[in-house]
Amino acid sequence: MIDLSTRYLGLRLSNPLVASAGPLCEDVGSIRRMEDAGAAAVVLHSLFEEQITLESEYLDQHLSHGTESFAESLTYFPDMGSYNLGPDGYLEHVRRVKAAVAIPVIGSLNGVSTGGWIAHAKKIEDAGADALELNIYYVPTDPEMSAVQVEDMYVDLVRDVKASVKFPVAVKIGHAFSALAHLARRLDQAGADALVLFNRFYLPDFDLDRLEVVPRLTLSSSHELLVRLHWAAILYPHLRADLAVTGGVHAGEDALKAMMAGARVAMMTSALLKYGIPHLKAVRAQMLVWMEAHEYESIEQMQGSMSYWSVREPAAFERANYMKVLSAYALPTEGGSGAAERPA
Amino acid sequence: MAKRPSGLTFLPSWVREAGAPTTVVHGLLSYSAMSNATETALTAAPSDVGTHVTIDGNEAAAHVAYQLSDVIAIYPITPSSTMGEWADQWASERRPNLWGTVPSVTEMQSEGGAAGALHGALQAGALATTFTASQGLLLMIPNMYKIAGELTPTVFHVAARSLATQALSIFGDHSDVMATRATGFAMLASSSVQEAMDLALVAHAATLESRVPFLHFFDGFRTSHEVAKVRPLGTGELRAMIDQRLVRAHRDRALSPERPVLRGTAQNPDIYFQARETVNPYYLACPAIVQNAMDRLAGLTGRRYRLFDYAGAADAERVIVLMASGADAARETVEHLRARGEKVGVLTVRLYRPFSAEHFLTTLPATVRTLAVLDRTKEPGSVGEPLYLDVMATVGEAAAVGSAPFEKAPRVLGGRYGLGSKEFTPAMVKGIFDEMAKPRPLARFTIGIHDDVTHTSLAYDPSFSTEDPATVRAIFYGLGADGTVGANKNSIKIIGEEMNNYAQGYFVYDSKKSGSVTVSHLRFGPRPIRSTYLISRATFVACHQFSFLERLDVLRTAEPGAVFLLNSPYGSAEVWDHLPRGVQEQIIAKRLRFYVIDGNRVAREAGMGGRVNTVMQACFFAISRVLPREEAIAAIKHAIEKTYGKRGEAVVRKNWAAVDSALEHLSEVRVHDRVTSAVEMRPAVPDEAPEFVRRVTAKMIAGEGDELAVSAVPADGTYPTGTTRWEKRNIALEIPVWDETLCIQCGKCVLVCPHAVIRAKVYPPARVEGASSCFKSAPARWRELGDARFTLQVAPEDCTGCALCVEVCPAKSKSEVRHKAIDMMPQPPLHDQEAINWRFFLGLPEADRSAFNTGQIKDVQLLQPLFEFSGACAGCGETPYLKLLSQLFGDQAVIANATGCSSIYGGNQPTTPWTVNQSGRGPAWANSLFEDNAEFGLGMRLALDKQAEYARELVTRLAPALGQLGSSLLAADQSTEAGIEAQRERVSELKWALTGLDSAEARELLSLADALVKKSVWIVGGDGWAYDIGYGGLDHVLASGRKVNVLVLDTEVYSNTGGQMSKSTPRGAVAKFAAGGKPGPKKDLALMAMTYGTVYVARVAMGGSDAQTLKAFREAEAYPGPSLIIAYSHCIAHGYDLRHGMDQQKAAVQSGHWPLFRYNPELAKDGQQALQLDSKAPSLPLKTYAYNETRYTMLAHSNPEAARRLLDEAQKDIQARWRFYEHLAGLPVNETASSTASEGDHD
Repeated sequence: MIDLSTRYLGLRLSNPLVASAGPLCEDVGSIRRMEDAGAAAVVLHSLFEEQITLESEYLDQHLSHGTESFAESLTYFPDMGSYNLGPDGYLEHVRRVKAAVAIPVIGSLNGVSTGGWIAHAKKIEDAGADALELNIYYVPTDPEMSAVQVEDMYVDLVRDVKASVKFPVAVKIGHAFSALAHLARRLDQAGADALVLFNRFYLPDFDLDRLEVVPRLTLSSSHELLVRLHWAAILYPHLRADLAVTGGVHAGEDALKAMMAGARVAMMTSALLKYGIPHLKAVRAQMLVWMEAHEYESIEQMQGSMSYWSVREPAAFERANYMKVLSAYALPTEGGSGAAERPA
Repeated sequence: MAKRPSGLTFLPSWVREAGAPTTVVHGLLSYSAMSNATETALTAAPSDVGTHVTIDGNEAAAHVAYQLSDVIAIYPITPSSTMGEWADQWASERRPNLWGTVPSVTEMQSEGGAAGALHGALQAGALATTFTASQGLLLMIPNMYKIAGELTPTVFHVAARSLATQALSIFGDHSDVMATRATGFAMLASSSVQEAMDLALVAHAATLESRVPFLHFFDGFRTSHEVAKVRPLGTGELRAMIDQRLVRAHRDRALSPERPVLRGTAQNPDIYFQARETVNPYYLACPAIVQNAMDRLAGLTGRRYRLFDYAGAADAERVIVLMASGADAARETVEHLRARGEKVGVLTVRLYRPFSAEHFLTTLPATVRTLAVLDRTKEPGSVGEPLYLDVMATVGEAAAVGSAPFEKAPRVLGGRYGLGSKEFTPAMVKGIFDEMAKPRPLARFTIGIHDDVTHTSLAYDPSFSTEDPATVRAIFYGLGADGTVGANKNSIKIIGEEMNNYAQGYFVYDSKKSGSVTVSHLRFGPRPIRSTYLISRATFVACHQFSFLERLDVLRTAEPGAVFLLNSPYGSAEVWDHLPRGVQEQIIAKRLRFYVIDGNRVAREAGMGGRVNTVMQACFFAISRVLPREEAIAAIKHAIEKTYGKRGEAVVRKNWAAVDSALEHLSEVRVHDRVTSAVEMRPAVPDEAPEFVRRVTAKMIAGEGDELAVSAVPADGTYPTGTTRWEKRNIALEIPVWDETLCIQCGKCVLVCPHAVIRAKVYPPARVEGASSCFKSAPARWRELGDARFTLQVAPEDCTGCALCVEVCPAKSKSEVRHKAIDMMPQPPLHDQEAINWRFFLGLPEADRSAFNTGQIKDVQLLQPLFEFSGACAGCGETPYLKLLSQLFGDQAVIANATGCSSIYGGNQPTTPWTVNQSGRGPAWANSLFEDNAEFGLGMRLALDKQAEYARELVTRLAPALGQLGSSLLAADQSTEAGIEAQRERVSELKWALTGLDSAEARELLSLADALVKKSVWIVGGDGWAYDIGYGGLDHVLASGRKVNVLVLDTEVYSNTGGQMSKSTPRGAVAKFAAGGKPGPKKDLALMAMTYGTVYVARVAMGGSDAQTLKAFREAEAYPGPSLIIAYSHCIAHGYDLRHGMDQQKAAVQSGHWPLFRYNPELAKDGQQALQLDSKAPSLPLKTYAYNETRYTMLAHSNPEAARRLLDEAQKDIQARWRFYEHLAGLPVNETASSTASEGDHD
């Protein structure tokens, strides 16, 4: 019997497949179906710092606009009892998901600044979440701001959130750092219980017809996995914190690679959106088939097996490898177009 | 006088058998016969008497009505709408009534519908109520006769309002309630907010006991909208006042198949008369029942009321008789005069019907020599107004039979006052008393106006004042958009509820929906406040907008030594030199204490944008010291939390920050000892304005309309058009600026501009000579015009700064895309130069209409709009359609306009946007009512057609004399503009020719000659009219086949009365009366009209396709029968920044919420499919469109489950409807389909 179980954030999970924060996690029914399909845990969609503020201000602005100006129409909307603004709706969602499923439920908080809003972390804990994923996404557009200042901001935030809660906190970051390993260690030292690699962002695209900038987020594909494998493998030996890979996990092989790089869990959203929730079952089956064929007994057996320290040539993860990849591309591939293009 | 039996001893025996009590029951009731559940409900809630609340009159009345009803039928009408809104809101909050069940609240399609539904509910045994005013009450009259005739207990609560006569007025008087005095309803008048609550209860109690239905009324706005500190009635009082056995008796009389009866029979001459007299005992008993109820209320609350309340000297010789809010001003004056030893008094009428002569006479002092009976209504042609006649008859009869308390019958004068919320002040009351003291007083008079025509008005000294020196009187001038009124409502609540003070707030709004000025009047102090009039002596004046100083005399009311708080961009050191001369003079002369704060900066820095309300409120409390500073700040912050808390913490924090920052930035100004300013007040209109505008309109614009004498005002309500052009409101902070190098001259900005402030002209290059150096032009992109120039010009003083034009502009800079062919720029630095450019631009020739193709937007933009500078909301979605109508057909249009937004921005005084072209031609516009607009427009068509027919007959009869001209007139083709113009020339010739003919027929034809020129009748209104109250008429008019064009400006909600649900409101959208999101789908008016097969129908959205909109207007006008255009109109009641209105229209189309199509029966005649879909299949999820708007998102916030479900259903509606339309559009053409439309074509 192959043991797929893993430990993540101090939680024993039946397998390493976790549904990551995405639109499917906004619906209790979908989460139930993910559990049925074999998700070992679920990360809820994010509660956004700006969203709380903006929704509140937007609502206020438009409920107030035009009021008390004209004698016949002193207001334009009925007065509602409450608006579910702030974290209340989210916390209610946490409670309802917890009540609906047996798998661990990880809340998600998305923001950049330390301040009053981190109190929401505690509220998510009190609502019953098993852990928190702190999703930090900051675009430092100010040329006056140094890398150190940006990193300090991340570290301060993690420290403050950790100080405010008792349950485990994972930190989800991007990879655009000049010294990612160093930052990872600082986050580790600040108390992060896991690092989630990596964020995927909305990116600005250009609409040529309207000459407008439009935000775009496409579903991930397997090729995006590589950068995550790369960094999981590098960071694995250096951190106390668990690692999670998210982005580009579409098939059993992808999940297995993540494990070997050192991740405790492999998270999926795009593949579920693309192929449907039952795809989780297929991925799990693919993993089992491969493990059986290669006579693996457990997931934990392979975790970190191809990390920086565990491979014969750590240089494969370094700059030396660059040369190798380039030359590999220069080599002809069997039956490929490259062969045909080679001079005779 | 004979002793009148009390209570219900005159009840017919079969009613008594049904369980009604035979004696009046006082005090607490025995509940032994009630169900357990009801008993629990009735005994659970403790009495909350003793506490105070600060509320307005509408809420006070609704508080009682809601708790004592189980069926409530409503329909919005100002100023009563909020009563229905409260009822609806409480029901949506599941608040129970006195019996522990939530009342059923239903919005009907009209007040007529509400009365009908109510009648039915009453017949079925419900305790039922409604709320209304003005025309709404008139629509209820037929049912009121029935309800009263059947002796059915109910209470209608009315915020009394003027009736539409020479003009509509939303303001208060008693014309509406007086029109119902023959219905058989008892009429009970409240004078104040407290009374609106107390007498509401008296009415509900008395109607059950007397079986006479009650109309409980109070003055619209003055009482309905006055915020005052009152003691609320708790459930204990309500329970004690309502006799449960009477409730059961009412139910026992209900229609039920268990004990069937027949009601509503038809009676013949044999018994109708007798039957009519059967009700007399009930009316005779009613006054005593009411007084009993009042006495019981006094026992419970200590507040004592009488049918007629007298206040004043016991030996008064002069007594004023009146009812409702004016009575409080009169009482205040009487107290003042009595202190000076004058023998005066005031008699307040509370129960007006049934009028108890006995009670009236016993209340009146026997010493009275002169009575002045004041009516707040006018009955032209009568001997006197109703209350006067009642008093006259009462006094006369008593004197004749010797039952009068007085030795000599007093002289009775009759006066009118306060029509349409005209102020009624102690000075006027004093003027009346002075007149009464004269040996030969005016027998019929008016007070408060200057009647220089029939000389009815009394003179009075306006400086007379009875203001209590212990009362703080504060006036605040604000903009609607800056939140001043909201903050003041908060302040009055703080003062009322945190302090041991009496408090009163009253708010005056202007007639414009954009850039509107508000004036708040706040009084508070240790003694009860009866001042039911505006503050004329202020101890505190705050001006929340610096620019007002040049437009309004804000210090006019400041008392010597008063405090003046100014929101100023200039600090305390430099502000003095920026003040207009008049302001400096008054500050010095009145020795005002003067404070400034840069409220805009503080608000902006706190993230509040232009809303300076919180900042100025904090300053008010800090300076006025009504509360210790710390306490005041804490109270403001608490109020902020209470008001904004549920909108989120961020909003609360932002407001708190504004409060703290305000106090840091407030400073006192050292007042100079001499006037230094050269800045003068701006004239209301320029000198070149027409005489009427300078003499009359300008006074209204300047806020001095009260000073206009009767002779200054047109007698029949007829006013000149084209007057908005003289009212330069200067309200935009930013205006569009044109970059002629980028512009592609597409015309989209001109098309969408709601206020016609951005215009284009093409003209010969030589005409640019004489322009200022900054006047811009570019080569015109019309090849056929050679070297002509093109200019896009903005009217800087008329723009509202909505930015719709910038959003719709497609031309972007190639090197910096944020820069468009028009960009918004700060207005002040541009103002002077652009004002000059605008004047120059107006002098350029208007487009030669024959030179352009009116079938394309690019050309239509050049046509002169005959609808300009309306007071509609900035970014209004309706007005661009009206402007387009005016550009295309304005010089031949007669417009029937339903009451609503379009009748307000189109017809509210002082100025109108409908205007004329250089020939003096333009739309002729009239508003009849809300419910009858389609019929009104049809009537115009009938008249025009009849006149044209008669004129043609006359031409035929005069053919020998007219020769070729006659036959040309009859054969004229007027299907094109050129054809119409040619006919106009022929008619000119005809008139010339007719002047030479001396015959009766020639004179007849001369007076009707213009009828030979084609006229275009447009019937315009909103969805409230077309889908609901006017639908029956609209349907009939569409079926008539007559050539009328109907334009429905569909905002999907009752915009003008504040966002109540109409049948056009989409499923899932939140509106008043649909707080849980509208559960049902939007009515498909277009589809219904199409089923006739003879009506041209188009559904348009300018932002979806401007070309399709243009096509629809032109086809509708060309179609020989009735046409219906339903135009998507984005609206402030949708809750988003209207600068994105056109994008949102596009999204509405793309999502399939608003499919575009045209249905042209003419095509069917030619064997083509009549229905053409002009938009593609839905390609955007409904959510993407809907969730840009607060009307949808607020449900997602407040009830996510319901929002999701309704959105799902609405999405399915869209798919189903689109499939249906596709099916219709693809049906084989019915060869036999024929139009009867040509029946109406007499052109």
